[in-house]
Amino acid sequence: MYPSDLKYDKEHEWVRLEGDVVTIGITHFAQDQLGEVVYVDLPSEGDDATAGETFGEIESVKSVSELYSPVTGEIVAVNSGLEDAPEAVNEDPYGEGWMIKVKLSDPTEVDVLLSSEDYEAFVTSEA
Amino acid sequence: MNDSLKHTPLHEEHVALGARMVPFAGYEMPVQYAGIIEEHQAVRSSAGVFDVCHMGEFRVFGFGAYDFLQSLLTNDLDKIRDVGEAQYTLLCDEDGGIVDDLIVYHSGDLEYLIVVNAANRQTDWDLLSTRCTADVEMVDESDRTGLIALQGPRAISVLRELAGAAFELPARFAIVEARLDTIPVLVARTGYTGEDGVELFCHVGRAADLWRALLSFPEVTPCGLGARDTLRLEMGYRLHGLDIDRGVDPLSAGLGWAVSLSKGDFLGREAIARIAQKGPDRRLVGIQLKDGIARPGYSLLHAGNEVGKVASGTYSPTLKVGIATGYVPAALAAPGTELEVVVRKKTVTATVEKLPFVTDTSLSAAQA
Repeated sequence: MYPSDLKYDKEHEWVRLEGDVVTIGITHFAQDQLGEVVYVDLPSEGDDATAGETFGEIESVKSVSELYSPVTGEIVAVNSGLEDAPEAVNEDPYGEGWMIKVKLSDPTEVDVLLSSEDYEAFVTSEA
Repeated sequence: MNDSLKHTPLHEEHVALGARMVPFAGYEMPVQYAGIIEEHQAVRSSAGVFDVCHMGEFRVFGFGAYDFLQSLLTNDLDKIRDVGEAQYTLLCDEDGGIVDDLIVYHSGDLEYLIVVNAANRQTDWDLLSTRCTADVEMVDESDRTGLIALQGPRAISVLRELAGAAFELPARFAIVEARLDTIPVLVARTGYTGEDGVELFCHVGRAADLWRALLSFPEVTPCGLGARDTLRLEMGYRLHGLDIDRGVDPLSAGLGWAVSLSKGDFLGREAIARIAQKGPDRRLVGIQLKDGIARPGYSLLHAGNEVGKVASGTYSPTLKVGIATGYVPAALAAPGTELEVVVRKKTVTATVEKLPFVTDTSLSAAQA
């Protein structure tokens, strides 16, 4: 449920580091808590993302949640496929359900994020 | 979960089915099992069951029962003169504000059963019971009455199978006594989904048996409050607490059809008649968004100016767009009027739509 090659934050986002670019999405736990995702509001390419600040919003039938960026940098790609298929966030949160790619200002920023074991322990303590 | 919340007699069934439970009107209630959209579609295409045991039931009887209710509720009881008939009606205050919306069933000779919203049970009880005359008896049956809704195009075939060959299906808005398996029930052909179906009253002690009997049919899906809300909003059915409350009158709410100004005096009549004379200043309308989802409290704009707030708002699983209701000035209430909804940081185009949003259901087919 929480792939070990990813890093996590306590707002239930995951990041996948490739070079100095991270792909960001929400975790299995987050999508399960939200229920069926019906709308994802994402920023534009070229916008800036700031660690701890919101970069978008996600809506299920019942609720709206903010999306928080775990890292700082320039947004270099946005998953426009979620406009027509927001359910990918539920069906494939670590694959087709990705949200944005950020070119890191400081690649060491990822080091402070949680490992899959630590994130799973955090989720268990929350539940 | 909060310990002070009450449980319905089906609580253990919900937990066993893996429902997500939330607080609602003082009860711990299932908001969803498999998922809101899946449950919604099950009701539109097959059948679903809902735990509505939290609703309040009052039995009102005696030689004065008719006069008593006729003087307090807005609709005309003469429309349900025959035992077994029922109607949607309102309880208003002296200013015409809507205290609650409810269904009154003519359940027997000199006897009515009224079903009220869980959140308003005490308010309704206090308002009604303090006005009881010597020839009327009122009993709060809520804690010993179970209520399960069975809704959807396949609901009636399931009902027939459980009720046996001799069962005579009640007409829309009628109520009959029956036995489902061995469980004594009242079968009311009513609901809150826009689909054909029934609401089944039974003793709380048999509610779990009834629930399991209904779910033994593979075409029946357990449904939570989440799907109940999307289903009712697609039909434009008002929800007390969001679409209607003491701050609005029945005419502004588009519920004039549940008010009889000609039947004689009733609580709130004078105020409602005054509003009828000049026409309501504001009206509840259906609103369909071009993009995004409106939630209760979001601002409604016309030509850049705020003209109202969203009352109910959700995602429509049938139409796959955001749908909402809201009060706007009467001049902006015509279908087709362009509005805007402020969805947090964005302003989204929306259109006033005729209610219901969804017209092609098993109920519309049955009534056609």
